[in-house]
Amino acid sequence: MPGNWHPRLLRPETRWLAAFILPFAILFAAFAVYPVAFCLWLGADSALYGELFANPRYPTVVLNTVLFAGLGVGLTMLLALLLSGYFTGGGRWRRMILAVFILSWAMPALPAFLSLHWMFIGYGGFMNSMLDHLLGIEGPIWFDNWGLALAINIGAYVWKWLPFWTVILMAGRTGIPKDLYDAAAVDGATMPACFRYITLPLLANLVLLCAMLATLWAVGDFTTTYFVSSGAPALTTEVLGTYGFRVGLTEGHPGLGIAAMLTALPVLVLLVAALVRRLRTADIQL
Amino acid sequence: MSATFSGWRRSPLFYRLRRAVVEAACLALGLVLAIWSVAPLYNMWVIALDSHDDIFSGAVWPEHPSLGSFWVVITEDFWYLERFWHQFGNSFIVGLATMFLTLLIGSLASFTVGRMRLKHGWMLTNAALMTYVIPASFLAIPIYRIMQIYGLGDHLSSVILALTTFATPYAIFIFSQYAKSIPMELDESARIDGATPVQIYYKIYLPLMAPALVAVGTYALLLAWNEYLYNFLLLSTPQNMTVAVALAQFLNSDESPWNYMMATAIIYALPPMILYYGFRRYMAAGLTMGGVKG
Repeated sequence: MPGNWHPRLLRPETRWLAAFILPFAILFAAFAVYPVAFCLWLGADSALYGELFANPRYPTVVLNTVLFAGLGVGLTMLLALLLSGYFTGGGRWRRMILAVFILSWAMPALPAFLSLHWMFIGYGGFMNSMLDHLLGIEGPIWFDNWGLALAINIGAYVWKWLPFWTVILMAGRTGIPKDLYDAAAVDGATMPACFRYITLPLLANLVLLCAMLATLWAVGDFTTTYFVSSGAPALTTEVLGTYGFRVGLTEGHPGLGIAAMLTALPVLVLLVAALVRRLRTADIQL
Repeated sequence: MSATFSGWRRSPLFYRLRRAVVEAACLALGLVLAIWSVAPLYNMWVIALDSHDDIFSGAVWPEHPSLGSFWVVITEDFWYLERFWHQFGNSFIVGLATMFLTLLIGSLASFTVGRMRLKHGWMLTNAALMTYVIPASFLAIPIYRIMQIYGLGDHLSSVILALTTFATPYAIFIFSQYAKSIPMELDESARIDGATPVQIYYKIYLPLMAPALVAVGTYALLLAWNEYLYNFLLLSTPQNMTVAVALAQFLNSDESPWNYMMATAIIYALPPMILYYGFRRYMAAGLTMGGVKG
């Protein structure tokens, strides 16, 4: 008989409880808590940050990450908001287009981004061939220009994630009572007015929530930049995810790589705090 | 002027005309969207069908389209592709194992929190969601190190465990939301009849959770199949690689046969796309399962 154990610990119910939760607890401790702690420990050396901020590449990386996440998420949400209306109101052929539109989401990111990279190759790439055939223009060497290359990365991000958020917002739109639109129509409201005064206020919470979630993921995005521009021209379009990876693993300086990524942590923590608050106050769940 | 204008605006012809213009604009937008969605896929096909010398000829459609590069991939007739089918199998193992573990661990955890009324159980689910604060790519370096400490370097189980860890919080979240629609009375009456928690879990909870299990299962399977970074980082030998890693190997050289690469890419993309379109209804249901109630 175990001496001082609380009686509740001896109930069979409690033992089942422990047995059921144990797999998750082990998994979580071994592959989430430990790596996170390890990550913080590796990045705890303040000398790393001095080295990092002295690196002339670092400000560009931060700028790229901000532009990538900001423009990528902003554009995606704006288009998703508009397209969700377009697809919700549609008949049969619009549903067919939706099925095609969803292709980019169903497709794994890696082959899609490989293809997008090859589309924008300067000589003989699909894009420049098209420009030449259809308009007779000689296209630019896309990945030789920082702005163009970054724009292609952002475009690739939008291409990949637009269908996902459009479908989410379509689901959100089904929650808006239809009689609101009927009443507005009776009062002679035009389509833009309906959008401005009914759809937008009622979807605003959901859109904001989605935008925060998408930003959280976009700040850590690796695959898009790694495969679409690969940092070209001359590693100037790198974002935190690819920069940290290159410095930390390819160049074998893990502490510095982690330090670079950890500089995004304050922003991420603020985002999550806002997200959790919003989830609690608003009656929206994802 | 304004009188005639408002008169014109009220005429049936105006409405019919306006309808036609709106419809035409919608159709044009649909066309643009279709082209936008399909263009990268079309490009993959064109490169895959090209012969090696023609890839950068700038032709919009290959002069001598051939399925030769697909044949090369299927018969493993190129040195990057020597173990293609084996790697394809590896991808399946990683996908199915991740799916199975995510469903098992996730459902057990959500059962404990939601049905067995674990005290402060919500803290557990919240803590799990907090793992999303640090993006997966930021954890790549520590997880790489830790897998070596665990002795799991270059072993499929390392990828399976890492991806299960990323998928489980989402699974618990969806399961907890969905389980709210299953009445507690069912559990209670079973308990009164003498059912053990295992029986309640297996005979009542799991069958009633079927739609959520399908949705999360598809999610986990696709996550594992589509994931690149962890596959690449944790698996290094051709014997243990998954298709995603084998595919990206083509980038190691500037002179790779890109038509073979694109043919590989298309074959790699097929299973998730088939699954996706097959389970589309469940996928959408899974996304909205938590209830996107505005």
